[in-house]
Amino acid sequence: MSANEIETDIVVIGAGPVGLFAVFELGLLDLKCHLIDILDRPGGQCAELYPEKPIYDIPGFPVISGQELTDNLMKQIEPFGPEFHFNAMVNSLEKQADGRFKLVTDDDDVFLAKVVVIAAGGGSFQPKRPPVPAIEEYEGKSVFYSVRRMEEFRDQDLVIVGGGDSALDWTLSLAPIAKSVTLVHRRDEFRAAPASVNEMRELVAAGKVNLVIGQIAGLEGRDGQISAVNLKSKDGEIGVPATRLLPFFGLTMKLGPVADWGLELNDNLISVDTERFESSIDGIFAIGDINHYPGKLKLILSGFHEAALMSHAAKKIIAPDERIVFQYTTSSTKLQKKLGVSK
Amino acid sequence: MKVLVTDHDGNEHELEALEGWRVMEVIRDWGLEIKAECGGACACATCHVFVDENWVEKLEGATSEEEDMLDTVPDVQLNSRLSCQILMSDDLDGLKVTLAPSSRTEDAAA
Repeated sequence: MSANEIETDIVVIGAGPVGLFAVFELGLLDLKCHLIDILDRPGGQCAELYPEKPIYDIPGFPVISGQELTDNLMKQIEPFGPEFHFNAMVNSLEKQADGRFKLVTDDDDVFLAKVVVIAAGGGSFQPKRPPVPAIEEYEGKSVFYSVRRMEEFRDQDLVIVGGGDSALDWTLSLAPIAKSVTLVHRRDEFRAAPASVNEMRELVAAGKVNLVIGQIAGLEGRDGQISAVNLKSKDGEIGVPATRLLPFFGLTMKLGPVADWGLELNDNLISVDTERFESSIDGIFAIGDINHYPGKLKLILSGFHEAALMSHAAKKIIAPDERIVFQYTTSSTKLQKKLGVSK
Repeated sequence: MKVLVTDHDGNEHELEALEGWRVMEVIRDWGLEIKAECGGACACATCHVFVDENWVEKLEGATSEEEDMLDTVPDVQLNSRLSCQILMSDDLDGLKVTLAPSSRTEDAAA
């Protein structure tokens, strides 16, 4: 049984800059969007990889950060009331007998859409996996890449790996309820917020957290349950008894389920035409970094252009009998009304 | 000038490089498998390479920004560098690097 069933004109997969701008262009044509993204917030790569890095090639902005661009796009699409579904990944996408597309997420939410727009960039963000033999067998049982329920970690012997905010925040939050906490990092410098680093050092000084400068070398255990984590440090290899391992090496992108939807691919990118940016399946469009066509440049501005053309093609699918009048936001009172700026 | 790159299958390639190019860009331009998902912004660590021991000392040291990103490389070693942070110059003609597993395009959990 599905958790939720949502009917909509358009589902946009990916809430990065190009997915967000697609909402604007589709909105001008009166099309309503639901957006699905694996991250917990909008912005895609701009939010996850380089929120503070400057971007210099957005037309009209001599310099803008990834986060500012995201914030501006969110403001720009606000009049169209897009609905966001974060922390969700689309597992399957199929065309139904009635011509609509059925999408099912990893939470078993179901979406029925007339048109699907894939704006998934480099794919979905997934945790980086330490190169430890057989680690897959323990994942989801005693090795976790995120903390969903803190209770899972109560009275456990924890090994946490990493030097960023996730590693430090969870070290601080779980230390009071875990049986023991060992924090492992490759060097005695941490990029996490200084306040958390100080707090961690106090816990280490008080004997409440064990800090090891080193790296994870191997796991011991059986049937998915670890019993020890082997660590490589300057003093050689040491085994730390452990019942839970939390590696925090950040996220990286992976094409994921998109590869299984029967779309024509070119080297892991979705092949599209350059008039409509439609994939090999009618009604499924691909825009931004995830598509491929001759001469493609992976630039945000290319994705914006693709979004505009895609939107007109999508409108013709959804409202084939409606005549589309091409209009400018500067002069069209109709468009200004939609944007909520008409006098 | 040249860069010698050992790929994920262990094959060595001699790649023609241009002054001022990032080693990541040379590797990508010649079509070897390298993820480099942030495009050279020192923001993702997926252009990770192991530098040949004879060359480690000849490179400029990693900035603290690069060190921070190397923290997110699960298979980091003492000779680990991000290839987007190495700029080609005459001094580096003949540089030898090996692509690290974490620079593969489909390397992720789940």
